[in-house]
Amino acid sequence: METPLTHNISPGREPPDLAQYEKAGGYGALRKALGMAPAEIQAAVKESNLRGRGGAGFPTAQKWSFVPMGDDAPRPKYLVCNADEMEPGTFKDRMLLEGDPHQLIEGIIISAYAIQADVAYVFLRWAYKLAARRVERAIVEAYRHGYLGKNILGSAYSLEMHLHVSAGRYICGEETALLNALEGKRANPRAKPPYPQVSGLWGKPTIVNSVETLCNVPHIVKQGAEWFRSLSRSDDGGTKLYGASGRVKNPGLWELPMGTPLREILEEHAGGMRDGYQFRGVLPGGASTDFVTAEHLDVAMDFDSVQKAGSRLGTGTMIILDDKTCPVGMLLNLEHFFAQESCGWCTPCWSGLSWIEQILQDMEEGRGRASDLELLESHTRLLGPGHTFCALAPGAAEPLQSGLKYFRDDFERHIHEKRCPWSPT
Amino acid sequence: MLSEQERKEIEAHARHYPNNRAVCIEALKIVQQHRGWVSNEGIADVAEALQMKPAELESVATFYNMIFRKPVGKHVILLCDSVSCWIMGYERLRQHLGDRLGIRPGQTTADGRFTLLPNVCLGACDHAPVMMVDDAHYQDLDPARIDQILASYQ
Ligand SMILES: NC(=O)C1=CN([C@@H]2O[C@H](COP(=O)(O)OP(=O)(O)OC[C@H]3O[C@@H](n4cnc5c(N)ncnc54)[C@H](O)[C@@H]3O)[C@@H](O)[C@H]2O)C=CC1
Ligand SMILES: Cc1cc2nc3c(=O)[nH]c(=O)nc-3n(C[C@H](O)[C@H](O)[C@H](O)COP(=O)(O)O)c2cc1C
Ligand code: SF4
Ligand code: FES
Repeated sequence: METPLTHNISPGREPPDLAQYEKAGGYGALRKALGMAPAEIQAAVKESNLRGRGGAGFPTAQKWSFVPMGDDAPRPKYLVCNADEMEPGTFKDRMLLEGDPHQLIEGIIISAYAIQADVAYVFLRWAYKLAARRVERAIVEAYRHGYLGKNILGSAYSLEMHLHVSAGRYICGEETALLNALEGKRANPRAKPPYPQVSGLWGKPTIVNSVETLCNVPHIVKQGAEWFRSLSRSDDGGTKLYGASGRVKNPGLWELPMGTPLREILEEHAGGMRDGYQFRGVLPGGASTDFVTAEHLDVAMDFDSVQKAGSRLGTGTMIILDDKTCPVGMLLNLEHFFAQESCGWCTPCWSGLSWIEQILQDMEEGRGRASDLELLESHTRLLGPGHTFCALAPGAAEPLQSGLKYFRDDFERHIHEKRCPWSPT
Repeated sequence: MLSEQERKEIEAHARHYPNNRAVCIEALKIVQQHRGWVSNEGIADVAEALQMKPAELESVATFYNMIFRKPVGKHVILLCDSVSCWIMGYERLRQHLGDRLGIRPGQTTADGRFTLLPNVCLGACDHAPVMMVDDAHYQDLDPARIDQILASYQ
């Protein structure tokens, strides 16, 4: 099985420096790309069926195709690498950032060339200190060896690249909020359309792609779209970083073919449940995805299949709920997070989420009422797509709406017994 | 007034952006790095240097979690309170840390050594529970391990 993304990565060891990265074939894809027309690179990425790994799965080449090209395109154009990873339960981009920063930088340069961007930013979350040091060092090395700056490797193409370390807030990862943060403003999301592809940073054409998406690009350019599609067990191309946390025997992160079945990941890679614990459900792609349960274990972990099972692939890092953990308590933890991180712009979001948090808190403390279930359900509808400015609110509704469906008995027990059945007293 | 060093560092970052305003978050971080936190004076200094209104900069500063508008201890402990760490027993650790340090989350020890802050997912969920002390991640925590870590910062 091929694992292009993690090929150079061995956790706990220093990442390859520039010389080691080159020795492993690194920057070969950039050399090849600079000999191709930008449109040829876009075509290869389109052929590869690469879909965005930031969580929404938007086809990467399609997103790039909206950027104005040619001599009369507005300038400068920007490419931003979204490395804000703050989705609870998600820890995949950190491995790529710490483990092989030159792979990311090569991916950014090639992607920037494909849309003819002039400036690239890496927007990195504050807590990733080790990643910040390693990415910064790699950018310096890349400049020094002519992979960045004016006339890259003697070509007509020039690109500046800067690291921006965020001052911390979940909403900064939403692409339009991120643009405001980069401009030195409060990170409230912007209205879409216009999409950033036509009017982004300082009103100029801007592409925002996640770390994992960009890391795939050099491999597609180097080994071709057909090879990339063949890595996958589904229609989406490539491999995927899947992770698991919670009470499994072997929590971790694995690069596997896109579309690997959930059961295989949980049983073969995560090692099944720890002794004494039973599986009850899983958030398949981070905190803002719907629960799936034992009946869905055969779902293939690709964008369309997980959607058909009623959830989303999201970030592909799954959080497992076991039978000794209270589902209401877990939802309280999740909704507390979303309430705290709401940027406060839309009423259903800031007011609805703190209301939801209060209802769940009351329920955990034995003050739940029979009418609460209906109230929670109506809140999940108000938070749903279309009622708010950004996807934070719909994301917050997902675990709750599916939790109410699959763990209804547990909610009812809290209300009838006037206490949390899992609490020790 | 900004120190010479602060001014130099801010100018180096300002080159990464097409206008002065965009460097304001980085500037606040630089001031915090040197002074420990961002006081009203810090806001005024940065606002003056970047030709912004202090109130405008203040509204940016308060939006972001890692700009400290109150003094913090010598070491800042960020304890992950998000879902995977919650499942793996973060509440017990919060209790333990609170008992050991004699403070509640959000507070600083009387000797000014530690500030304890709850924090969202630190991106090491497969090794939950997790915390950071200053720049370092600590994972797979239990009370005994926490005692060792605290001792190493004495
Ligand atoms: N990686 C992480 O730490 C986190 C990831 N997420 C994920 O973020 C996702 C939501 O992200 P959004 O950006 O709000 O989703 P979205 O579906 O609005 O957009 C996804 C991407 O496709 C582009 N796009 C979508 N529709 C378009 C159109 N009609 N024309 C041109 N471009 C278009 C957007 O510009 C964006 O880059 C969720 O699926 C969630 O799983 C959420 C929180 C944290
Ligand atoms: C509240 C919120 C937070 C987000 N945080 C991140 C993030 O940390 N990293 C990320 O890549 N995408 C994040 N996204 C998704 C981005 O808006 C955007 O879809 C993504 O960066 C596009 O990259 P891709 O095309 O490579 O998937 C977030 C979305 C929302 C609504
Ligand atoms: S949905 Fe929530 S986070 Fe998104 S813009 Fe509205 S208030 Fe802000
Ligand atoms: S939930 Fe604690 S590190 Fe991710």
